[in-house]
Parts: sequence; C-alpha cells; structure tokens
Amino acid sequence: MSPRPIVLERIVVALLWAVAAMTIGVLLFIVGFILLRGLPHVSWQFLTESPQKMGREGGILPMIVSSALVAGLGVLIAAPIGVATAVYLTEYTRGGRVTAVIRFGADCLAGIPSIIFGLFGFVFFAITLGLGLCVLSGALTLAVMVLPTVIRTSEEAIRAVPDAYREVSYGLGSTRWQMVTRVVLRSALPGVVTGVVLSLARALEETAAVMLTAGSALRMPSSLLDSCRVLPLHFYLLAREGISMDKAYATAAVLVIVVLAINFLTYRLMRRFIGKAGQYV
Amino acid sequence: MKQDRIISAILMGLALSAILGLSLIAVFVFKEGVPIVLRIGARDFLLSAEWNPKEGLFGIRSMIVGSAMVTLGAMLIGGTFSLGLALVLTQFAPPRLTHVLKPVIELLAGIPSVVYGFVGVQTLVPFIREHLGGPGLSVLAASIVLGIMVLPTITSISVDALQAVPRSYWEGSIALGATRWQTAHRVMLRAARSGIIAAVILGMGRAVGETMAVIMVGGNTLAVPRGPLDPVRTLTANIALEMGYATGAHREALFATGVTLFVFIMILNTVALAVSRRRSSGAAFR
Amino acid sequence: MVQRIGRDAAAALLALAVTSGGCHRQDERSPVSVIGSTSIQPFAELLAQEYEKKHPDRKVDVQGGGSTAGLQAVASGLADIGMCSRELSPEEAREFNAVTIARDGLAVVVNHANPVDSLSLEQIRGIFSGRIRRWKEVGGTDEPIRVITREESSGTRDCFVHLVMRDEKISREALVQESSGAVKELVQGNPGAIGYISLGLVGKELKAVRVDGVEPTPEKVLAGQYKLVRPLLFVTKGPAAPKAKDFIDFVLLPESQQALEAEGLIRAR
Repeated sequence: MSPRPIVLERIVVALLWAVAAMTIGVLLFIVGFILLRGLPHVSWQFLTESPQKMGREGGILPMIVSSALVAGLGVLIAAPIGVATAVYLTEYTRGGRVTAVIRFGADCLAGIPSIIFGLFGFVFFAITLGLGLCVLSGALTLAVMVLPTVIRTSEEAIRAVPDAYREVSYGLGSTRWQMVTRVVLRSALPGVVTGVVLSLARALEETAAVMLTAGSALRMPSSLLDSCRVLPLHFYLLAREGISMDKAYATAAVLVIVVLAINFLTYRLMRRFIGKAGQYV
Repeated sequence: MKQDRIISAILMGLALSAILGLSLIAVFVFKEGVPIVLRIGARDFLLSAEWNPKEGLFGIRSMIVGSAMVTLGAMLIGGTFSLGLALVLTQFAPPRLTHVLKPVIELLAGIPSVVYGFVGVQTLVPFIREHLGGPGLSVLAASIVLGIMVLPTITSISVDALQAVPRSYWEGSIALGATRWQTAHRVMLRAARSGIIAAVILGMGRAVGETMAVIMVGGNTLAVPRGPLDPVRTLTANIALEMGYATGAHREALFATGVTLFVFIMILNTVALAVSRRRSSGAAFR
Repeated sequence: MVQRIGRDAAAALLALAVTSGGCHRQDERSPVSVIGSTSIQPFAELLAQEYEKKHPDRKVDVQGGGSTAGLQAVASGLADIGMCSRELSPEEAREFNAVTIARDGLAVVVNHANPVDSLSLEQIRGIFSGRIRRWKEVGGTDEPIRVITREESSGTRDCFVHLVMRDEKISREALVQESSGAVKELVQGNPGAIGYISLGLVGKELKAVRVDGVEPTPEKVLAGQYKLVRPLLFVTKGPAAPKAKDFIDFVLLPESQQALEAEGLIRAR
C-alpha cells in the first residue's frame, strides 16, 4: 500500500485532535472566565441581600427568588399539561395523520425563536389580559414557550417504551390508565424528566422574553402581579450598563452554577433510575 | 372501565386545550403579522433594505441578510468543530475519555446565552477590532459566538448518531485495509449522515433564534452587511430592540418579522422530517 | 391524579390572579411603576431609594425601555409614571400630562485616547450622517470614525436628531445600542468611537467634546451658552394618581433637586 493514506491519516487525526481540544478548551474557557471572575465576589451576603444603588452594591436575593418564581411556575404549569398531552397523543389516539400534524406543529413551535413568544406574551398576557409586567405574565409566557418541548420529549420517551410492556400489562388484566401510569410512564420517566429539566434550564436562561413580560424592577416580588427581574436579565443589565463588573460576574457565576448543578443532578438521578429499572442501554 | 373513559376524556381535554393554546399563538402571530405584509407587498417587505418605522418604511432585507450571514457563519464554525469533536469522541478517543467528556459537553449546553454574549464582548470583539479591522462588533463575532453556543447541541446529537452506527461497519472497513480516517469519513459519517444533518438543522434553528448574544456582539446597524467584519442586525435582534415601544404598523411589522422566522423554521423542520424519513426507509434496505 | 390536581391548582391560581389583576393596579399598596428613558433611569432609581427611605410603606419600581416605551406604558396602563427625556410632540401633549423634573445637557462623547476635543455642530452633523468618515477630517488621527447611536425609542436620540441633525438622517451604518450605559461602555472601549449621552452620565470615563467651542458643563447650560439641552419629564395620563403624584412631588422638593444637581443634572427651574 502506498504511504500516502497513512500520512494523510496521521495529519488528519492530529488535526481532529487539535479541533477537539480547541473546542473543549473554548467551552471550558468560557465557564472558567465567568467563575474565576465571579466566584470571588459571591458571598453569603451576596446571595441573601437586596441590591442597593441599582445593583452597584448589595446582593441578588430578589433576582434569585424572581428566577425561581418565574421559571419554576412556568415549568410547573407546562410540565403536567405537556406530559398529559404526550400521554394522550401516544396512548389514547390511533396515531395517523392528525397526530403527525400535531407532532410537526409541536416541533415547529419548539424551534421558534423565544423572542416571538416574548412578543406574544407581551401583547397577549401583559396588555390584552391586563396582567401587566409581572411574575405571572413572565411565567405564562415561559410556560407556552417550553410546552412544545415538553410534549415532544415526553412523547419520544413514551414511544420508546417497547410495546411488549403494554401487551404484558394488558395481559395481566390492567386498565389502560393503570398500564399508562404503572408501566409506561414509569419506564419513560427518565426521558420525561430529562425533557422537563431541559425546559427548566431553558426557562432559567431566558432573558429577552422575560424582560418584556415580567419587567425589570429591582425589588423582591411580593405577589405574582409584581414586576421583577430575573437573574440573567440582572446580569445583562449590570454588565451592559457598566454598573458593576464585579457584581455582574458574580451574578453570572451564580447562574452558571445553578444551571450546571441542575443538569448534573439530573444526570446523576437518571443514571440511578436507569440503573434500577434497567430500561435503556 | 368507566374510570378509564373519564380519564381518557380528561386527558383529551388537557391535550386539546394545550394544542389549542399553542395553535392560538401561531394564529395570533400570523394574524398580527400577515396584514401588513399584504399591505406593503411581500416583495417590498422582504427585499427592501429601508427599515424606518417613523416614516412607515418596513423593509427587512438588512435583517434577513444579517440573519442568513450570521447563521451560515455559525454553522460553518460550529458545525466543523462539532463534527471534528464528535468524530474524535466516537472514533479516535478511548471510550473512557468519551464517557467522561460527553456529559461534560452536555452540561455546557446550559450556559445562558447572555453569558456567551458578554464573554464575546469582553474578549472577542476587541480582538477582532484590533487584529482584523472593523468595529469589532461584526458578523464574524456573532458567527463565532453563536457557533460556540450551538457546539454542545450539535456535538452531542452527532455523537449519538455516530454511536448508533453498528460496530460491524467500522470493523469491516478496517478489515478491508482502510485507515481510521478513511473509515471515519467514508463509512461512519456517511452511515450517520441523517442523524448528523438533524443535529446541524437543530443547531441552525437554535442559532437563528438567538437574540441577546447577537445584540451584544453584532452592532445592530441598519445597513446591509457586506462582509464578515461589518456590523449586523438579525431578525431576532430587530424584534427585541423595538418590541418594547412599537405600536400600530410598527408592531405589526415586528410580528411580520416573527412570521418570517416562523416560516423559516417550518421549512427547516420539513427538511429535517424528509431527511429522517429517508433514514428510516434507508434502514429497511439493510 | 397528580397531573389533574396540578392542573386544577394552576387554573384556580390563574383565575384568582386574573380577577385580582384588574383591581391591583389601583391598589394604593402596589408599587408606583415608573417606566421609560434609560437616561433618566439611574437618577429616578436614586430618588426612588431616597423616597422609600422616607416612606417605608411605599414602593417605587423604576424600569428602562426608552422614552417612547415609557409613554406607551403609561398610555396602556402598564406604568403610573413615564420617564421621557425629550419634549412631547403636540399630539402627545394632548394625551399626557408632563412635569419637568430636571433639565439635562446632551453631551457628545469620545474616548479619552482621542485627541479631538472640540467639534462644531456642523461637523457633528457631518460625522453622524456619515459624510465625514475619518477622524483626520476633523483634526484627529487617520482612523475611521465609529458612529454610535441609540435605538429609535430613545428620547436621547430624538433630542439629538432634533437639536443637532435637523433635517439630516443618522447614518444607517451607525452602531445601535439600546441604552446610555451601553453607549458609554462602547465608547470607553473603542478609541475611534463617538456617541451621545446625557451630560449627567458622562463621568470620568469619557470625554465630552466642546460643541461650537462651548464646554459641556452644567454651568454653561444654565447660562444658556451650551445649546444642547433637553427637559427630563415625568409623564402621566391625565392628572397623576395620588401615589404617583406623591412621588413626583418628592422629586420636585429642593433636597431632591439638589441631589440631582450633585449627579450632574440641572434643576427644573
């Protein structure tokens, strides 16, 4: 065999390793950049105090609470509805054209830029329904935004459950509902939960749409109808306006750690679940 | 059995209201956006580069070109690096390394876009300005930032696609005397092609939809960008910048921009659907 | 089961929220919502904190969005007070009540590294319209000029166009930033950049050029020599509601006006 393929192979493989290293390097650099500059400024006071002087001093407690409220409520509304819809679409319908159309629609909506949901939420929830700029408007907007994703991922997870499981369940004399809850959902749980957690992560990082529907007020929201400022928005405003770079980095660090922690915990939980039930590879 | 029927009805009610609700959004956006496109004429709306709401001019060509250039750039940069990484992880790296790195990459998918944008403004934009020219806020900056943002997504889906290719393909190719690289790109990539295309399409969808990062590193100029070092305003940035205060025809024009994005995503998803259908029919051959 | 309970709870919550939403706006205990100009925002936040210190049971929420966004928020009921950093148009004056809370100079700012520190109005107009493209043409180095402007909602932009640009349009190639702070950050980081922001926001990080030879200081503004001045308005729909009026009155008190002056603004009268 002529030496050329081997030489080419060496070069290309070296290149590929370089590309891979660069890629991982860049991703780690970004996380490191934020954490290195932000963590030194994160303290217990920072996490439990309210901002002073537009955020130049003080902490980010209201923002943490706001993020938890807006994203949490949004996912709390979307998750049950989304999973129920997925269950209905897979277990209670006969499939076919209508389901395919709905699936396509959900896919499209899952891919729509989030800003469009923000536009919709601003005009519909804040103005038309009269809710104004508040936690509830933000949460409802986020709910509709993540709903398609929850439906699709839940549906994929449920469809992946082998039919044999369903047949055995029926064979043992269960009702459809029993089969769905005790067999199908239990097997599909890792996939469903992953989808919900992914939606939570997406809801937590959403900035523009939440700013337009929940506003950017600095205070701790005392009701669902108060305007509030979520973490990524606070970071954006602090950094953009040059109000305080230290606080900005610190806010970003908190946000990154929260999202990484959520993803990591889910990953570990799923490993345990899958280990127990032995569903997937 | 009666309980089953009640539950079935409840589920149907929930599902229908969810579907209705989601369709409401699509209908709403189209209802608000389509009239103005009809009024101005689709050609003027899409092809005119004059965006001047105060004078009633709503041409979004600058933004369409902007979005297109930025997305293309992001796909070129993000796509090649993701694929390279995916190849290395599945074909050339020891399995234990892959086992550790894959979840790490997936974790990194959760970093908020404003963080990427900010790091880009602090590091990338000055770099481009000082070493490559232009104001730094540019198509290139946006492409790089977006490319990096979609890296985790494209990589992990491509890795899944490559890992799904039967091991026998690899072994057969090597047994025939091919080098690893030849096997990788002539056999494995080809076999995983549809999964990789799906990954790229998904990444493209994410890149098109990104707002905050592009506002921060793009420059938001109204002129049509002529090169990678020119500043740029994307369709999403346009909506985000003007949404807060637009009324009347201006707001309708923003919804129309939303319709444009909607249509584009529908096209993307149709392509993805066609590709995946080809995949399942192709598999029937084996 | 759990899904159904969850759904029911959510529906009840939603119903409760929507019905109470209507009354919430007029509730005296709800915060005074102040929305609008990002130029006024830092000063409004400062005064809001002082106000809340004096009246612990009252709350004021200040948000940005731009002058026009502020006016619309007031019109649609989203806000109690709109912050507007420009004069109202005749149609707007018919729809809204405006109170001048301060006056502000409009500064044209460049990077400290830029040798240029004086420009004529005509030159500024030429730069921002794109006719003058390199710093060399106005006495600086041979570098391209990076024009930075605000988004269309901005009252600052409206003022600038009204006072400086007159009939010429700002260049389409100008970089658009969505707040004064962002403009400031950009000019700080870019030696060839030029932008316009509120005089009170210039600070030490930027250089404000002399316009037609006149230094941009509050004294020169008061003396009428520095011509780029605009009123900072608090706008309400019709006469102000009691809680809004209370805050506006507070802002007009001598101590508040002094606080604004200390920050670089000029008092209302």
